[in-house]
Amino acid sequence: MKKGFLAHGMTTCAGCTMELIARTVFDTLGEKTIVVIPPGCAAILAGYSLETPLELPVVMSNLEATAAFAAGIRAGLEAQGKNDVNVLGFAGDGGTADIGLQSLSGAVERGDRILYVCYDNEAYMNTGIQGSGSTPLGAWTTTTPGGKASRRKDLGLIMDAHGIPYVATASPAYLEDLAKKVAKAAATPGPSFIHVHTPCPTGWRFPTAKGIEIARLAVRTGMWVIYERVNGVLEVNIKPAKRLPVTEYLKTQGRFAGIGEEQVAAMQADVDRTWSQLAASGEVLQSAGA
Amino acid sequence: MRQVMDGNTAVAYGARLSRVQVVAAYPITPQSTIAEVLASFCDEGSLNARYLRVESEHSAMSATVGASYTGVRAFTATASVGLALMMEVIGVAAGSRLPIVMAVANRALCSPWSLWCDHSDTMAMRDQGWIQMYAENCQEALDFVPLAYRIAEDPLVQLPAVVAIDGFFLSHMSDTVEIPEQEKVDSFLPPRGPGLMRMDPAAPVAANVLTGPPFFTEAKYPMAEAMERVPGVAGRAMAEFGRVFGRQYAQVVAYRCEDADTALVAMGSVCGTVHHVVDKLRSQGRKVGLLRLVMFRPFPYDEVRAALVRAKNVIVLDRTPAVGTVGPLQAEVRTALYGTNPPPEVSGFVAGIGGRDIPEATVLRAMEEALAAASAIGRAGPAFVDAPALENWVDVIRSAPAATAVAPAVVEVKSR
Repeated sequence: MKKGFLAHGMTTCAGCTMELIARTVFDTLGEKTIVVIPPGCAAILAGYSLETPLELPVVMSNLEATAAFAAGIRAGLEAQGKNDVNVLGFAGDGGTADIGLQSLSGAVERGDRILYVCYDNEAYMNTGIQGSGSTPLGAWTTTTPGGKASRRKDLGLIMDAHGIPYVATASPAYLEDLAKKVAKAAATPGPSFIHVHTPCPTGWRFPTAKGIEIARLAVRTGMWVIYERVNGVLEVNIKPAKRLPVTEYLKTQGRFAGIGEEQVAAMQADVDRTWSQLAASGEVLQSAGA
Repeated sequence: MRQVMDGNTAVAYGARLSRVQVVAAYPITPQSTIAEVLASFCDEGSLNARYLRVESEHSAMSATVGASYTGVRAFTATASVGLALMMEVIGVAAGSRLPIVMAVANRALCSPWSLWCDHSDTMAMRDQGWIQMYAENCQEALDFVPLAYRIAEDPLVQLPAVVAIDGFFLSHMSDTVEIPEQEKVDSFLPPRGPGLMRMDPAAPVAANVLTGPPFFTEAKYPMAEAMERVPGVAGRAMAEFGRVFGRQYAQVVAYRCEDADTALVAMGSVCGTVHHVVDKLRSQGRKVGLLRLVMFRPFPYDEVRAALVRAKNVIVLDRTPAVGTVGPLQAEVRTALYGTNPPPEVSGFVAGIGGRDIPEATVLRAMEEALAAASAIGRAGPAFVDAPALENWVDVIRSAPAATAVAPAVVEVKSR
C-alpha cells in the first residue's frame, strides 16, 4: 500500500466500517484512480461544499448512475489512450442492489472496464436506516418496523449471471483479503465487482467498538461467504473450521431483537444449504456460464 | 458536397464533423437513427469515437457526463420520455459546466402516449442551464451541431447545449444538405480546450459534491453569468460560421418584420409554413412578418423586443401544450414586451402538438382569431387554435352542475 488518500477526522459515524473499507480500497488502487461515489454514507468521502478528505479525483454521481458515470469516464479515458487509470465506483447497497442495479447491469453486460465496490450495510443508512433489497430477512429498519418479511438479493449471483470476469466478496474483518481482491479486480481487463459486508453500528444497533467482531462473526457463522469467482470459477477464500450457529451473529445486533424463531430457522437453513452446496462441489465451483 | 439526407442523418454528420470522441445513446423514436448512424460511423471507422450502447437514457446522459469529465468531446441524443428520464442528470451536466451537445428529435411527452412532434420535451428542461437551439431544416440540423459545440466550449461559456429538431418533420424528412468539408469544420471548431472541471489523477479535484446553503448560490450564480455571455459568444461564432461556410445564422431571424403590423412568432420546422403564409399575405398587401427564434435559451429578450415593438399585433405559436398557463414561448414574448409603450397586443396559440400538422389554414386561423376578436387578446390563458372539438368541451363544462359552495379564487389578506 502507498500513502493514505483519505484524510482522518471525517464525519462518518463512530465505528463506521465503510470508512475502513474505503481506506483499504483507495490505498490499494493508488493515485492513478478516478472515483465515482453516489449519494449515500460514502458521499462525505467525496466532500462537502469546498472541502474534500479525498486526495483522488472524485465526482459525485446520481444514485442510480454510479456504473454509468464510471463507464463514461472509462470511455473518455480510452478515447484519449489513457489506459493506466483505475475507474472505481464506490456505492452502497441501495445504490447498487436497488436503484443502481440497471446501470450496473448495463455496464457489466457491455464489458466496460470499471471496478465497482459495493459497501453493503444492508439498508439505506444515510437517509435513516430504511430497508433495501439487501436488508436480510427479519431485520428491523425504519421501513420494516416489524422485521423484513423477505430474503435479500444475492448481488454476487446477479453479477455472475452476467458472465462478469471477476466478482468477489470481502469483509472488513479480513482487510488483507480485501486488498488482494481490489488489486486483482483492478488488473481485470473488464468489469469487476467486489461486494463488501459493512457492519453499521448506527443502523444495526450494536456498540461502536464491535464492528469488526460482528463482521468476523458473519463469516464464522457462514452468513457471509468470502469468495471470489474468476471467469466463472468459484473459490471460497475463508472457510470457517466449525461454523457457529447463526444466532451467535444475530444476537449481537438490536435490529434482529424482534426476529421470530421461524425466521431464524429459515436463515439457518439457507446458510446450511449454501455450505452443503459449496462442500458438494469441492469448494471450487464452476458457474453455468463459464 | 451536397447530399439528400434526413434530419437525423444530418445531425449524425454534424457530430462526426465535430469529431466527437464519446457517444452514448439509447434508442427512442424519432431519435433512434441518430444513434444508428453514429454507431455505423464508429463501426466503419469514419468516426474515431467510443460508442457506448447504454441501457437507458438515464445512463446515456450519465455516461456522457462521465466522459465529458475526462475532457473529451461527448455527444448524446434523445427525445420525449427519454429526455424526461435523463432529467435528473441534465442538471448535473450544466452544473458541472460540461460543454456536452445533445440532439433532441422533439416529441411529445405522455400522457397519452405519442410518438410525434411537439416541444414539450425540450421545454421541460428549459431552465436547467442548457443552451437551446431550434432548427428549421435539415441543413441547420447539421450545422447547429458544430456551432453548438463552438458556443458551449467557449471559455466564457462552458455550458451544455441542445440542438432541437422537430421529430419526423425534420428527423425523418429528407432534404438537400451541404456537407461541410472536414478541414473547414476543424478550423471552425478546434479540439476541446481544458475546460473548468476535469477528472485527472495528476490534478485531483472533487466535483459535484454535496454543497451547503453558504455555497450553493455561489455555484449557480456563475452559471447564470455564463449564460448571459452566450449571446455575445454565439454572435461571434455565427459570424465566423458565415465567413467559413457561407451560411449566416442568427439567434433571432426577423422576416419582413420591419414594417409589419402583425408579427407571428414561432420556432422550428413550422417556420417554413409561416414564411409561405407571410409571403402570400404580403402579396395581398397585408403587412405581416415572422419572428423566428433560433435560440430559446438564453432567451433573446432585447432582440425580440426590438423586432416586435413596432407591431400592433403579435401572435405567438407554441408547439407545447399549455395546461394551467400560457405556452412558454408566449410567456417569454410577453415578458420581452412588458413595459413597451404602446405595447403590441399579444395573442398566443397552442398548435401542432402531438404531431398534428400546422398547415397554412391553422396559421391563418390563428391570425384571424387574434385580429378579429378580443377573445384571445389580452387573455392570459391557453388557446388551442387547432382543436376543433373545443366547443363541445365548452358545452360539457357549461352543463356541469353548479357547486353548492365555491371558495373565492382570490382572497385579500389585510394582516397576518
